[in-house]
Amino acid sequence: MNNNLKRINIYSIYLGALILILPLIAFFINAFSFRWFYPQIIPKELSLQAWVRLKLIPKPGQRTFEGFLDLWASNPTVIKALVNSLTIGILVTIVSIIIALPAARVLGLLNFRFKKLIIFIMVSPTILPPIAFVLGLNINFISIGFSGSFFGVCLVHLVPIMPYVVLTMTGIFANYNPDFEHQARTLGANKTTTFFQITLPAIAPGMVVAALFAFLVSWSQYLLTFLIGAGKVMTLPLLVFSTASSGNPALTAAISIIFIFPAILILVFTSKFVSGQSGATSGFGKI
Amino acid sequence: MGGERLKIILSLTPPLLIIITLFFGGIFYGFLQSLGYQPAIGKYELNFSAYYNVMFSERYAKLFWSGLALNLWVSFASTFLAAVFALFGALAIRKTFIGKTLCNFIYSLNLPMPHLVVAVGMIFVFSQSGLLARLAAQIGMISSPGDFPVLVKDKYGFGIILAYIWKEAAFFFIILMSVLQSLGENFEELAQSLGANRWQRFRYVILPLVMPNLFSASIIVFAFSFGAYEVPALLGVIYPQMLPVMAFEFFLNPDLNARSEGMALSIIIALIVMILVVFYFWLTQAKIRKD
Repeated sequence: MNNNLKRINIYSIYLGALILILPLIAFFINAFSFRWFYPQIIPKELSLQAWVRLKLIPKPGQRTFEGFLDLWASNPTVIKALVNSLTIGILVTIVSIIIALPAARVLGLLNFRFKKLIIFIMVSPTILPPIAFVLGLNINFISIGFSGSFFGVCLVHLVPIMPYVVLTMTGIFANYNPDFEHQARTLGANKTTTFFQITLPAIAPGMVVAALFAFLVSWSQYLLTFLIGAGKVMTLPLLVFSTASSGNPALTAAISIIFIFPAILILVFTSKFVSGQSGATSGFGKI
Repeated sequence: MGGERLKIILSLTPPLLIIITLFFGGIFYGFLQSLGYQPAIGKYELNFSAYYNVMFSERYAKLFWSGLALNLWVSFASTFLAAVFALFGALAIRKTFIGKTLCNFIYSLNLPMPHLVVAVGMIFVFSQSGLLARLAAQIGMISSPGDFPVLVKDKYGFGIILAYIWKEAAFFFIILMSVLQSLGENFEELAQSLGANRWQRFRYVILPLVMPNLFSASIIVFAFSFGAYEVPALLGVIYPQMLPVMAFEFFLNPDLNARSEGMALSIIIALIVMILVVFYFWLTQAKIRKD
């Protein structure tokens, strides 16, 4: 009886896993098939047509190294959006880490007046919906000329990322012992050496996880980019959204696969760090 | 001591400046606009007519209240169901079995997945020509795509709920797994040795232990699903329409008067979320005081 129950238990886990990856299976079939008509489950022909139409893979016959280079150098929309998404994500992540480091240190190690209020102010963008601030901000950005600019989009991405990075790194510093720094200083190390030899190695693992997820928050941002970018800054989520709305499943699937690739990569890389306790996960509600 | 104070101020100013100017500044300016302040078209007087129009005018009242009802239904249903599925998944997966690492990975897979992609995935799986409809046709359950129930772009928000369950169950799952791991199995074994059956161990041992974490994760999920735009924009219908989509469409309307109404809507959404969070903190504080 107990054994039977165990077996049912395990089979239901497998079934759950299968159901969960159905969308992923559908993405791959759609992206690599040609004329996948309705009742078919397995497509009759496999095809790279969607990728050729997106100008990511050259036409048959031109699939040499030079063929790929020439095609990508012609700067197709997907490549442009990919480069924009990557640049914005990396820039915003680096800036937010640099800004968050001193703040998180102070919040994690010291006690002072108004600390609760400051944390409350920092947390609020993670709770209140982005639509509440971005509509008003959009009009302000138009009047000062930030709207439609790369800079404006980077700036607005800092809003969801900043609180997340500050809070995660505050958690890291709360478990950090600054006495080692004092010892290094007494032994004659200067401030820079102490930072790079003592502080950074201690906080690095947590910081890398925070940075990767901060990148993902920027990477998945649709509404903020759409409103502040004003159609002039094309990123991958914008491309996925517009392709999905226009209703071509093959193209949508192909772009989506590119779009989710870093997410899966980051999960593989961080799976041993990811746990509800690390604090890094709390930002996921926002992706 | 003065040096320390200066250090605190200098360290905290940059992130606070970003959040106060961009986030609170944006909300404040949106609020001003919702009161009818629009210098661009020469309107400077402040009043609540946009709020009144959105909620009670003949033109928008039906749209607004049906949207609010849909918002509440979608957020409650998806938060609750995602939490329940994740709880059963996390409890089941604790035991050792073949393929545990892989299953663990698959159950966490939707965690870093953008909501947008999950929404597209729902179209691919649940639409009338999607993967499930094809499966149903293969085994002869339906004869044409029209026989398959409308699960995405439906007026009950099923597609939106499905997308949020897909995505947020992974979030709940990760949080529950770490709580369960840190608890170990001692409590359960103790309860078992005292003669508690399966259900009793679940109801009186596990549930109370995971409840605080489950509840705070629910608040995050509820707040998110209440105010997010992408998923209902892709998987929703024109009527009834979820409030964030409605706010956004008012805002993009070339008629500048509609802009105030869009702002009013976004402020209303934020207010509802805020009231909910304050209520949650009041509830947890009251519980802490009681204990």
